[in-house]
Amino acid sequence: MMQDELVGKSIAYRRDILTYIYESGGGHTGGSLSCVDIINVLYNSIMDITPQNWESLDRDFYIQSKGHSVEALYVVLADQGFLDRSELKTGNKFGTRLIGHPTRKVPGVEHNTGGLGHGLSVAAGLALAAKLDRRASRVFCLLGDGELAEGSNWEAAMTAAYYKLDNLTAIVDRNRLQITGHTADVNKLEPLADKWTAFGWAVHETDGNDVAALAGELRGVPFAAGKPSLLLANTVKGKGVSFIEGEAAWHHKVPTREQLAQAMRELEVQS
Amino acid sequence: MSGATMRVPGAGGWTMGKANLEVFAETVEELARADPALLVVTSDSRGSGKLSSFATRMPERVIEVGIAEQNLVGVAAGLAAGGRNVIAVSPASFLATRSLEQIKHDVCYSDRPVTLVGISAGVSYGALGSTHHSLHDFAALRAIHNITVVAPADNWETREAIRAAASPPGPKGLRSPVYIRFGKQPVPDLPHTGPFAFGKGRIIRAGKDAAFIATGETVWRTLRAAEALSARGVSAAVVSMHTVKPLDETLLREVAGAVRAVVVVEEHSEHGGLGDACARVLMEAGVSPSFRVVALPDEYTVTGSQTEILDHYGISESGLAETMTGLLVGE
Repeated sequence: MMQDELVGKSIAYRRDILTYIYESGGGHTGGSLSCVDIINVLYNSIMDITPQNWESLDRDFYIQSKGHSVEALYVVLADQGFLDRSELKTGNKFGTRLIGHPTRKVPGVEHNTGGLGHGLSVAAGLALAAKLDRRASRVFCLLGDGELAEGSNWEAAMTAAYYKLDNLTAIVDRNRLQITGHTADVNKLEPLADKWTAFGWAVHETDGNDVAALAGELRGVPFAAGKPSLLLANTVKGKGVSFIEGEAAWHHKVPTREQLAQAMRELEVQS
Repeated sequence: MSGATMRVPGAGGWTMGKANLEVFAETVEELARADPALLVVTSDSRGSGKLSSFATRMPERVIEVGIAEQNLVGVAAGLAAGGRNVIAVSPASFLATRSLEQIKHDVCYSDRPVTLVGISAGVSYGALGSTHHSLHDFAALRAIHNITVVAPADNWETREAIRAAASPPGPKGLRSPVYIRFGKQPVPDLPHTGPFAFGKGRIIRAGKDAAFIATGETVWRTLRAAEALSARGVSAAVVSMHTVKPLDETLLREVAGAVRAVVVVEEHSEHGGLGDACARVLMEAGVSPSFRVVALPDEYTVTGSQTEILDHYGISESGLAETMTGLLVGE
């Protein structure tokens, strides 16, 4: 997909995310807006995952370890044809399959996530199975930065390097905010790139809200033969809406009708 | 101590089998030879799991994740998602709670049919102490949806349980997550009655006065107690309730409804295990024989070998016979 199309998709997805959160009455606004460009580029330019090849193992795989940013995933899955867009209206309603964290009941969701620090081990297992079975499948795993305080990520990081899983790419949505505030005020993640390098991963860093930059990096995986790839995607939490950007308070705040209208006006200007 | 022909002292002609752990390793190899998709995932646990020879003969079938039990279960779930038939092996103590959230989210909730094998379960590790004892695994796992919890009593049940859990799946979706736990000491072979199936307890001794409902490696101790009671004129049945969840409620009601006293026996905490499960079923059914649970009490567990610990808490021939006699006398 061409760059201007990707840019247009990101704006449309942001509208859908905000509408979804407003209508469903709940969601992780800041994180979904920070990572949606990554999910956009993965589904529209990088990964071979479609409703048509979904039942096959001869395709790529996507695990969203930061499951709370599920709205970003739902709107992209709807756009990809996994879901009827009208189903987005059911979000968080009683009996819906569109709940606040991804589950496999939703077409296009690979793995149930929500508890943090789970996705990378599962992604490593998927990548290892593909290697053992000589499938060309690639596995992409989206991690939050606050999530990296979970030690299980680093267990998985070691295993991925040990098995030389160069068909595995992890992308860190480095928005530097978590529910309490700045990540640096909660735990010591830095030097984050050096940590991944020391764990045996090939690390690249990019602007995680720049679809062209993201696409350029992700087309280049694996970054090194015989190593898993780590893309440190520097993002802005709440990206695209002035009063949400960089505000930890918007971690899971729901916009009012006025705020939604204001956000839509800002996104309209960007398109 | 192993050897198929060794007589078990005082055990009325039973023969001593192997450790269930050894039977597990043999069965894994048997299944691996028949199923190219089978993988065993270990967390530096291949030696403890008696899988070293298997790993030497079929190295491509063993995935090692290091001492990282959370990762063990997550990777196992991923391998299963990638089409593999996966057995994850780790000491029961660590597998059932260090990895509990991975079992809950990545295996059960995500419906990835991994076979989770908890080795050296209960107080098998004896003097190594409470860090290594798994007296909580039934309780923790019973509360999780979409998992079968199994404690085989002897070599035959172990072999059948591993086969049932990890044989190649039939039509899509037939296999589901299973947790199987066993010990590492040789156990006697028990009478084999009827086929093995998850969720179906086995009556291995009939009785009309009383019934023991036991699971795992307490079953043979219970059978000895029943034999001792027989000499005193008490006819006690013994049920191997190898599947703690889903519980064979029908068999439990039938057996308990036909006797005056029921004793449930398990190598587990008195909280949240087979005993609690049986009590609920019987109370809800209005079946009310005299009832007692013999399990490990809620205290710092005494130190000693597995046998010494179980003897101390009355999970022994004399202890169980005494408990049952007391129940019958106290009616």
